[in-house]
Amino acid sequence: MNSPQPSSPDGAQLSLLSRIPLAFGAFFSLMANGGLAARYVALRDGAIAPMPSTPVVAPAPAPVAAAPVAAPPPPPPVLRENGPDAALQLLALLQRDARLIDFVGEDLTGYADAQIGAAARLVHEGCARVLREHFTLVPVRDEAEGARVTLQPGFDAAAVRVTGNVVGQPPFSGQLAHRGWRATEVRLPRLAERHDARIVAPAEVEL
Amino acid sequence: MSAPRYSIGIDLGTTHSALAYVDIAGSDGEATAHGTLPIPQLTAPGAVEALPLLPSFLYLPHADELAPGDLALPWAADGTQVVGELARSRGATTPIRLVSSAKSWLCHPGVDRRAAILPHDAPSEVARVSPLDASTRYLEHVRNAWDHAHPEAPFSEQDVTVTIPASFDPAARELTVEAARNAGCRSLTVLEEPQSALYSWIEASGGAWRQQVRPGDVILVVDVGGGTSDFSLIAVLEREGNLELHRVAVGEHILLGGDNMDLALAHGVARKLAAAGTTLDAWQLRALTYACRSAKERLLGAAGDAAADGDAPEAQPIVVPSRGSRLIGGSIRTELTAEEVAAVIVDGFFPRVDASARPVSRVRAGLAQLGLPYAQDAAVTRHLAAFLGRQLGALAELEGFGGHADGASFLHPTAVLFNGGVFKSPLLAERLLQTLDGWLTAEGAPPARPLAGADLDLAVARGAAYYGYVRQGRGVRIRGGTAFAYYVGVESSMPAVPGMEPPVEALCLAPFGMEEGTEAELPGLELGLVVGEPVDFRFFASSVRRHDTVGTLLGFWSPDEMQELAPISATLPTEGRQPGEVVPVRLAARVTEAGTLELVAVPRDGEQRWKIEFDVRGERQPGA
Repeated sequence: MNSPQPSSPDGAQLSLLSRIPLAFGAFFSLMANGGLAARYVALRDGAIAPMPSTPVVAPAPAPVAAAPVAAPPPPPPVLRENGPDAALQLLALLQRDARLIDFVGEDLTGYADAQIGAAARLVHEGCARVLREHFTLVPVRDEAEGARVTLQPGFDAAAVRVTGNVVGQPPFSGQLAHRGWRATEVRLPRLAERHDARIVAPAEVEL
Repeated sequence: MSAPRYSIGIDLGTTHSALAYVDIAGSDGEATAHGTLPIPQLTAPGAVEALPLLPSFLYLPHADELAPGDLALPWAADGTQVVGELARSRGATTPIRLVSSAKSWLCHPGVDRRAAILPHDAPSEVARVSPLDASTRYLEHVRNAWDHAHPEAPFSEQDVTVTIPASFDPAARELTVEAARNAGCRSLTVLEEPQSALYSWIEASGGAWRQQVRPGDVILVVDVGGGTSDFSLIAVLEREGNLELHRVAVGEHILLGGDNMDLALAHGVARKLAAAGTTLDAWQLRALTYACRSAKERLLGAAGDAAADGDAPEAQPIVVPSRGSRLIGGSIRTELTAEEVAAVIVDGFFPRVDASARPVSRVRAGLAQLGLPYAQDAAVTRHLAAFLGRQLGALAELEGFGGHADGASFLHPTAVLFNGGVFKSPLLAERLLQTLDGWLTAEGAPPARPLAGADLDLAVARGAAYYGYVRQGRGVRIRGGTAFAYYVGVESSMPAVPGMEPPVEALCLAPFGMEEGTEAELPGLELGLVVGEPVDFRFFASSVRRHDTVGTLLGFWSPDEMQELAPISATLPTEGRQPGEVVPVRLAARVTEAGTLELVAVPRDGEQRWKIEFDVRGERQPGA
């Protein structure tokens, strides 16, 4: 029982540099996940010897079975799940102001383009209002589309997507195909505690 | 109580209300730290959003109409009433439960304004509210919104200014103050909306207003909001090297605004559809009104910008959505042309008329008085011509103006400040200015300059907050005092003529231009009050008789210079006197710090004073 020296299966040692982020990651994972911590203790005390073939845990059944209640404790959270309320709320706004569900749900065969166009105006105006009132959207890149742009090392890969001949090291130089959109502010209505957001549009009965 | 930290301004509008504030401690001179408060309100059942404006609508839902908890607000988990955007949208489909235009009812002399009469056309099972009550609830909502956002500075401890139309009579002013007090205002002032708009312009200019006006200027404030039109004249003077502003005249109460315009447009389009064989139901007509409003804004707004490019849009398509879920199949498409908008709005509401034009008034049928007394003439320009014509002599008293120019038939403004959502259409502001300039040119006067740069929706609230701040001596104040002289009707001691009412003389109680916190002297004439019984007096106001002093007795007057208000009523308590005894009293007037008129009866013997009430109970039955 010496120091908790990880006996790696093939005897290879990880470099110090790669161990630093690992240690930090492990710290937070252990803080966040009691099950993982228990297994760490067991591992450190040598109780779990036959680990080599299984990487820490079985691959997470992440997106498919959304809520396996009794499943083994998941790995450090990688995919978060949003509650449906905000999405339902946006859908309700798009239906209320733009009649989006009605419009998309209707079968277009049998209608002339002029009729569809008339309804599309209504939908366009309503959608524009919903976006304007509930979001503040600004372009990610301020350059004009078509301009040459240079991406410095460490650019935000979430905000800029590089496509095509993606080789070599940054700085990358390329043509701005789309400026992108960033929501700097979201102003969705607050919902009452007991409000059922699944009613996206109530039925209407005129008395 | 410590000194208030904020000066709060509330625009209690006919169709929208708003709250603005100035941080008194954080402001220095003309550089103010100010803002507007987004007001959380229900925008759909169970959904709360903070919007800059609070629609002044109250919806009284049926007990089963909304799911429990769907009326929760940030400060009240189980609300039972709806104020704001949801009230407006719900009320559009169920008008029998909607209280709207409470403010116009508040100054309707024909109804009892403390009685539960709204919604006007509600069935008997709806628990109605009074105009006073409705106003109180809007103010309570705004107050709760403030307290929620500023728990450290409770509303009741701040300095609050509530705005009213300049044309509000003393009774409506007092009711507004009462509503505000009921809603928890302690330190309260009322301010006329056109003045408030000018204060906002002064604040926004950050001191530069002194370069934009000069001594001798007469600023015309034209405020056309959602439901009312209001005019005021403000003169610029120089005294001891400082610019001073004097409000010299206000217009009559005109129930005419942007909502009338949208409705007129929608009815025009509906007629066009009906001619083509499509009739709309009430729901579709409302949707059409809404569609017309945005099409109008595009046509009128774009016309101003596009005039330079020469490609103003000819027409805007209008789509009336189907009510059912078949949107494409059930929608009705039509269009609104620039020509129609020009005919209905520009020429209908802002016709080019002469300065001598006057509003057309039809004789009302006796029974038509149940609803609101809407303006009978829709032409804003004709109302303006009448106002300027009536106020020809408004400057005679002011030093440096020397009365009006020779041969002038109306008072000549030199600058114009626009306010109210209607003037978001530059075309309408332009048309009004052109018409006014036409009148001025015809009399050899230079055209009036538009004063630019006011926020048309929020100016009144902002100006009110700024006013609360300058009242503490931190900036220029508009002077002027009361814009009316007030008179009590006295039966003249002439021998009775059979078949004729005894002629009435008007005794001046409060002269024109009384400042807040001042008291008029006692008139010499005494009136007899019967102890223990309410005694009514006829009550008059004049916006043009500037020379009458307390005690002036008028034997006759032209209908144009005096308007009769709801009567005033005094009751002398019986204590120490015999019921039925007639006590000679004199009536005295005072303008309170809050800006309301107060009348008291002072008996010849003794120091007591009895308050005289403005009758807000509507027209009394004879003999009641």
